[in-house]
Amino acid sequence: MPLGAGSDKSAAGDRRPSPAPSARPGRIPWLWLASLAVYAFLYVPLAVVVLFSFNDSLLNAQWVGFTTRWYDKLLHDEALLGAAANSVLIALTSASIATVLGTMAGITMQRWPVGVLRALPGLVLTPVAMPEILLGVSLLIFFRQVLDLTLGLFSILIAHISFSIGFVAIIVRARLAGMDESIFEAARDLGASPWRTFRHITLPLILPGIIAGFLMSFTLSIDDFVITFFVAGVGVSTLPLQIYSMIKVAVSPEVNAVSTLLMALTLTLITLASRLAPDLLRRSA
Amino acid sequence: MPILELRRITRCFGPLKAADDVSLSIEAGEFFTLLGPSGCGKTTLLRMIAGFDEPDAGELLLDGRPLSGIPPEKRPVHTVFQSYALFPHMSVAQNVAFPLRMAGKPEAEIRRLLAETLELVHLSDKARHFPHELSGGQKQRVALARGLINKPRLLLLDEPLGALDAKLREQMERELVALQREVGITFVFVTHSQQEALALSQRIAVMNEGRVEQVGSPEQIYRIPRNRFVADFIGTINLLPVEVLAATHGRLHLRVAGLGEIIAVPPGESALPVAGEHGHFALRPEQLRVSTHGEVRELHNHFSGTLRDTLYRGDVTVYKVELDNGVMLEALLTNSAPLRAKSFAPGDAVTVGWRHDSGVFLHD
Repeated sequence: MPLGAGSDKSAAGDRRPSPAPSARPGRIPWLWLASLAVYAFLYVPLAVVVLFSFNDSLLNAQWVGFTTRWYDKLLHDEALLGAAANSVLIALTSASIATVLGTMAGITMQRWPVGVLRALPGLVLTPVAMPEILLGVSLLIFFRQVLDLTLGLFSILIAHISFSIGFVAIIVRARLAGMDESIFEAARDLGASPWRTFRHITLPLILPGIIAGFLMSFTLSIDDFVITFFVAGVGVSTLPLQIYSMIKVAVSPEVNAVSTLLMALTLTLITLASRLAPDLLRRSA
Repeated sequence: MPILELRRITRCFGPLKAADDVSLSIEAGEFFTLLGPSGCGKTTLLRMIAGFDEPDAGELLLDGRPLSGIPPEKRPVHTVFQSYALFPHMSVAQNVAFPLRMAGKPEAEIRRLLAETLELVHLSDKARHFPHELSGGQKQRVALARGLINKPRLLLLDEPLGALDAKLREQMERELVALQREVGITFVFVTHSQQEALALSQRIAVMNEGRVEQVGSPEQIYRIPRNRFVADFIGTINLLPVEVLAATHGRLHLRVAGLGEIIAVPPGESALPVAGEHGHFALRPEQLRVSTHGEVRELHNHFSGTLRDTLYRGDVTVYKVELDNGVMLEALLTNSAPLRAKSFAPGDAVTVGWRHDSGVFLHD
């Protein structure tokens, strides 16, 4: 995950004591080489995709010259644009709903009194840990056999909401966990009703977590393939599904172009989210 | 009519009785302290007064009206929390004005009261600062200002000085007393520190295991503790096991096991024990005199012993004396005369004595 680079750096910055001089990578050449190899392994494939999206050749084999015609072609690919529109629509809607539900779950998880039911709000976290393929299959069976739902945008939406709630809840709870509980009591004590305490104290304090949760959900939704693949049914496509169907024919430079755009969007959102909630993503990762 | 009345309050957490049949009356304008070791139930009482908890049995009356069922935000009672509980996303001015905003006061009045209150706690120049930019003492003052600004009937203070260092604490103690006199609001203060309680309060309720052991002025509590718990908890005290030989004409004749007889004139307020009763005679270290010379022998109550240990504290020296029956006494002498601390050394034979009117008899 590209996120690793950013959070690693900040962790080194504020947690770890500075290493002894002899351990600094500058002094040991092979440590430099190993580091380079790791980063190459992580980023060269991505760089190749970006590079060939500007390559003036149908083949992903050698560099011919710079062009933006693949991007131009994208803008006229009806199927791809339709899939992209679906993806954005689903991502926005599912992230919005998951953010509201996940925030409520996160707050409840933090505030729930000790007791038998303590584990209950934590159950929204299960989809976070569940293998995607399992989630996909179980949702498919549930939609078809139990609800007898026609698969399509609506079923994709529900699936995306269900796996996003947990992420939002984790982020919001982590934000609350670092806070002095007595400030919420202080607000009540000083004349604020429970609703006004939420409005004036809780909400402003957890807002960065909520926004980070929304960006996380949006990102998860827009590039989800496995679960969407199971619950999409026929006739409805999202961007990842469309890209997959395109490479079944051949890896055209158009796929490189759309991947580059998707990558840029995802990276931007993840960076924003980690800025808003630096400690949280590290904890949930 | 008392401003706050607690009538037979009981509150249990499982098998633990945090409040056990507690009855208290707090008068308007008073600086009242709940004092006790941690876990004695004083914070539970405070939370019930604030409205964060409800008693299992008993009744709380504020200005004669029952408080039960009234949520915290509807009670004219504000709290200064131990952690200060300042809102981190609000400036000092926003924090302090918060109760007024919640009460829906007009903007002009908010501005006027805010300026007044910040002046009162010497924070006018910090209005735009945020809590994380303030020192501990300043945070403390913000919390106080925020609790006072909407003129509550009661201000509850939950160990508010606990997080401050010793010097700052003493300064804040003075400010707190001055502030309370100035605003005239009834303070209910919770602490486990007996020095704080003695220095600040008009009246103290000493609590232990959910019960109120004694209520009285700092002097009453210190001078005439009602039982061994209070005597032990407030300051240092020497306890001699005694048996009552006779109690007549306001004088007690007591036998100290293994030593002999002493005479005590108990303070007027306490009830006289009866002959044959066993108990402890309690003496404060500063009531004892220690000498190697004859002067102490003029006191009727005196015993010989051996000096075991001295502890020089600058202003005072603490002496540990072992009496001939093996009982250890602690005596505290001020070092007003130069080099006085050097006049005794461990191993010296000394005489310990005290006046008739020093010390109290405690029932077992």
